[in-house]
Amino acid sequence: MDSYDASESTPRQSTSSRPEDYFIGATFLQKRLESVRKQTSFIPTPPRRKIPHCSQLQEDVDPQKVAFLLHKQWTLYSLTPLYKFSYCNLKEYSRLLNAFIVAEKQKGLAVEVGEDLNIKVIFSTLLGIKGTQKDPEAFLVQGLTLSPRLECSGTILVYCNLLGSSDPSTLAFQVAGTTGACHYTRILSKSQLPSENREGKVLWTGWFCCIFGDSVLETVSEDFTCLPLFLANGAESNTAIIGTWFQKTFDCYFSPLAINAFNLSWMAAMWTACKMDHYVATTEFLWSVPCSPQSLDISYAIHPEDAKALWDSVHKTPGEVTQEEVDLFMDCLYSHFHRHFKIHLSATRLIRVSTSVASAHTDGKIKILCHKYLIGVLAYLTELAVFQIE
Amino acid sequence: MSSQKRGKNVQAQNRTSQGSNSFQTTLSAWKVKQDPSNSKSISKHGEDNPVGDYEHADDQAEDALQMAVGYFEKGPIKTSRNKDKTWEKHLKTVENVAWKNGLASEEIDILLNVALSGKFGNAVNTRMLKCMIPATVISEDSVVKAVSWLCVGKCSGSTKVLFYRWLVVMFDFIDRKEQINLLYGFFFASLQDDTLCPYVCHLLYLLTKKENVKPFRVRKLLDLQAKMGMQPHLQALLSLYKFFAPTLISVSLPVRKKIYFKNSENLWKTALLTVKQRNQGPSLEPLKLMLGPANVRPLKRKWSSLSVIPVHNSSSCTKECGKKEMSLSDCLNRSRSFPLEQLQSFPQLLQNIHCLELPSQMGSVLNNSLLLHYINCVRDEPVLLRFYYWLSQTLQEECIWYKVNNYEHGKEFTNFLDTIIRAECFLQEGFYSCEAFLYKSLPLWDGLCCRSQFLQLVSWIPFSSFSEVKPLLFDHLAQLFFTSTIYFKCSVLQSLKELLQNWLLWLSMDIHMKPVTNSPLETTLGGSMNSVSELIHYVGCLSTTAMRLESNSTFLLHFILDFYEKVCDIYINYNLPLVVLFPPGIFYSALLSLDASILNQLCFIMHRYHKNLTAAKKNELVQKTKSEFSFSSKTYQEFNHYLTSMVGCLWTSKPFEKGIYIDPEILENTGVAEYKKSLNVVHHPSFLSYAVSFLLQESPEERTVNVSSIQGKKWSWYLDYLFSQGLQGLKLFIRSSVHRSSVTRAEGINCNNQY
Repeated sequence: MDSYDASESTPRQSTSSRPEDYFIGATFLQKRLESVRKQTSFIPTPPRRKIPHCSQLQEDVDPQKVAFLLHKQWTLYSLTPLYKFSYCNLKEYSRLLNAFIVAEKQKGLAVEVGEDLNIKVIFSTLLGIKGTQKDPEAFLVQGLTLSPRLECSGTILVYCNLLGSSDPSTLAFQVAGTTGACHYTRILSKSQLPSENREGKVLWTGWFCCIFGDSVLETVSEDFTCLPLFLANGAESNTAIIGTWFQKTFDCYFSPLAINAFNLSWMAAMWTACKMDHYVATTEFLWSVPCSPQSLDISYAIHPEDAKALWDSVHKTPGEVTQEEVDLFMDCLYSHFHRHFKIHLSATRLIRVSTSVASAHTDGKIKILCHKYLIGVLAYLTELAVFQIE
Repeated sequence: MSSQKRGKNVQAQNRTSQGSNSFQTTLSAWKVKQDPSNSKSISKHGEDNPVGDYEHADDQAEDALQMAVGYFEKGPIKTSRNKDKTWEKHLKTVENVAWKNGLASEEIDILLNVALSGKFGNAVNTRMLKCMIPATVISEDSVVKAVSWLCVGKCSGSTKVLFYRWLVVMFDFIDRKEQINLLYGFFFASLQDDTLCPYVCHLLYLLTKKENVKPFRVRKLLDLQAKMGMQPHLQALLSLYKFFAPTLISVSLPVRKKIYFKNSENLWKTALLTVKQRNQGPSLEPLKLMLGPANVRPLKRKWSSLSVIPVHNSSSCTKECGKKEMSLSDCLNRSRSFPLEQLQSFPQLLQNIHCLELPSQMGSVLNNSLLLHYINCVRDEPVLLRFYYWLSQTLQEECIWYKVNNYEHGKEFTNFLDTIIRAECFLQEGFYSCEAFLYKSLPLWDGLCCRSQFLQLVSWIPFSSFSEVKPLLFDHLAQLFFTSTIYFKCSVLQSLKELLQNWLLWLSMDIHMKPVTNSPLETTLGGSMNSVSELIHYVGCLSTTAMRLESNSTFLLHFILDFYEKVCDIYINYNLPLVVLFPPGIFYSALLSLDASILNQLCFIMHRYHKNLTAAKKNELVQKTKSEFSFSSKTYQEFNHYLTSMVGCLWTSKPFEKGIYIDPEILENTGVAEYKKSLNVVHHPSFLSYAVSFLLQESPEERTVNVSSIQGKKWSWYLDYLFSQGLQGLKLFIRSSVHRSSVTRAEGINCNNQY
């Protein structure tokens, strides 16, 4: 039996109504069950949360990479812990995944691992995208296609990869001649990210992260890497292939993460509450009316400063958002709308929220606009993902 | 050589042949259509042989065979013409014996030599190879020798092809394969030959071990693939390579493809069967290497998982990924690890349980009963957690009422639940993931969808503290229970009965092997007993209310009493210190029921309660130390109360005087004449029909029957009549609870209700 030290149990667990559990050494499995019980027995989301602070990014974060994550539409997935995933083997993983993708694309034809192909997968860590020091490192997977047009023009970019997480500032480019005879390696500056390079077109991007995932971290053993939130951009067929590889290799499970209207209104309130220097987009809500023969969408755009003013009038507890405030905020919006259009929005379904911080769709699509609040947005998404995998 | 000696030899080989570790795998069993003409012509040879002069013919054939073999060994004398007939004759002899009895390994050794050395013509070689049918086994040496002839280049291409085909078919009959495996490189080189390639591929497919998979070979195969295109035999070999070395190669097989090797068995089909029958012992079930999901379903999902449950794949991939960092001890461990593909039997599992190579996706254990055993006994947290995560996510993802438009997967979900329930029944243990799934899904359940599966999942909830689970599960279940039909109520009660039984079984096991199991959630026996009694009380509340809602339905009452039949026997059957009585709402409904079988069941339950309480009392008197579990006197009082009421009604005809007391005035006001008697064994509404038919049996001509006439002697005859009608519960009850000091009724009865 796994002799997990019972005394390490966190304050959250020691509030358990049955202290005798910890005398026999609660196993991880029992802890999981315990936390599932907790979650189901109480209101699914805690009634209060912190307003995201602006400077939560760790210092070692790479602004290039953060910029790369912004202004893109990501599809959300929740992910169970990865079994025996190791940050040291990213290079190896990229080789294997590469071959797997090629083999999947041309069913029946075997592919040698590590062969030069016109599809390339790159793994790289996203340093600093984490909430606390305990959170595991986020990492990025990119699928590039190397355009065949260039193959006849002399040189092609074969692949580009991080030399390892220890040295993120250098990238190795390997350039091979079409003859295949001469191989040489150059070290280039990191400003030449593959996405910006004309030769390699990014087909698909996905990244894994865990921001403030303490609640799930304490219930898994060290064989697992817990990155409950997965975000993908690109064709879904590619996501499926790559997801399948991850599922097969690390015995994990991807499931699409939808955001319900309740959580969307929380997002609306929290993101409106964020302090912004200047607003880049209007605050917009989208409701869908279920009863009409064709679905009818109601869009409701507000000037962001008006939204902020409304929030400030509703807001009571400094630094925090409470359930009552969220309800009140949405009620104000509803009654305002009703006053003008005589439509009860509370009878419809909220399907999209977009603010200057980020925008989210109920289908599990998100686009983050503001780099200051990246971590804050991700922390809430991690919470939702953790809720789904429990 | 004498035949005796040979027989001995064969036996010896027979024994050794089991040691070989590779058997024909299933790919070749994915057959192309059998060629019927071929097998027919073969069957002509061997069958019609009268049994009478069998032995005699056998001896003769033996000698002829020796001569023939000797002749071939010496080689042909080319000059003379009539020699043609000689070889013809000898070959016939060999063929006859071969098809009938098979050839001994020594003879095969010689003849194989002859056939491949090219001493005779091509036609002879072909015929000879075709009849190389072993009596039992083929020795490895002769194969090695034969292969060495291939290098000399004395035999034609067609002979080579035939030889490889023969080798593939007879692969399982070769006694050992180590030497042959050493020739792996030679066979691999033969892939170059286009005509040989398919057969060599098949041979390599059978021969390949993990250590044979080398990068240069992978590259060579890929070159061949590039040259020859997508050949099924290459695909098969490549996917086997991938299986052994996922870090070197990647291939994804098309779903439709099923035939990988052309069937080369045709020539030898019947012969193979007879050899297999002869070798009965060593013919184990062929190993199943799953190259892809076997059953194809029309509806392909986006996430390319063809079935919900993943197929087995050994986890070598994740291990090898960290190749550079792997320490020496890891290497050593790995060499000892037992590959999953070889796991065939329970003894194997026991022997290798410490070094089993686990599947890369834990979910695949659901389809493998041996691995389920492993999951059940292993205390390795990661394994259990992987399974837990997989199962809970899959359940959540598949669950059809989570998503609005997901109803086409309904059948699939039902099947999946059935698989889980089968596994749980097999293990006699519930999965935590299912419990967690119920927490989430039960509040959303409509009570209709997958009802039987869902209720079975409820009955397999692992034992835990009831008060903790109640708000999460049973309160939601109660809501559904009260608002649904009587059939739903009955099935809920049924599954709660099973839940109680599972908990009791688990606890009774747990008590006896306390130090071994890590009892989840509860540590003290008292706590566990509390939890069980809470469950019973909960069911008591449910049933009392349900009886009221369903206006005392007999059907429902049956299910309720079924539950209490389990409850009343806990002390004796499960050896657990617990006796919980039923609530009055159930007791009196059953006592006043119009159905004799209900009353009978009630009597039986009362009888069992009586037994259990007596046993408990006796134990208490014997050992006073275990005071923790002494039943409160309240339980005894309650039981006595019930017992007196029951005896008062059924036997002494003094209803509602002791036990429950009802003012006689009220009873008189009901207008029932002789209310005192109206509930005894004769007049009780449920027994009335028995009383009438008893009287009619006595005097069939009687026009009017007077039930009150059953008195005195008749009373006991009547009782015997009742017992003979199958009312065993009543019999037991009266035997145990009523002492009849004299034959006369009522007054002579002494109620044994003092504890």
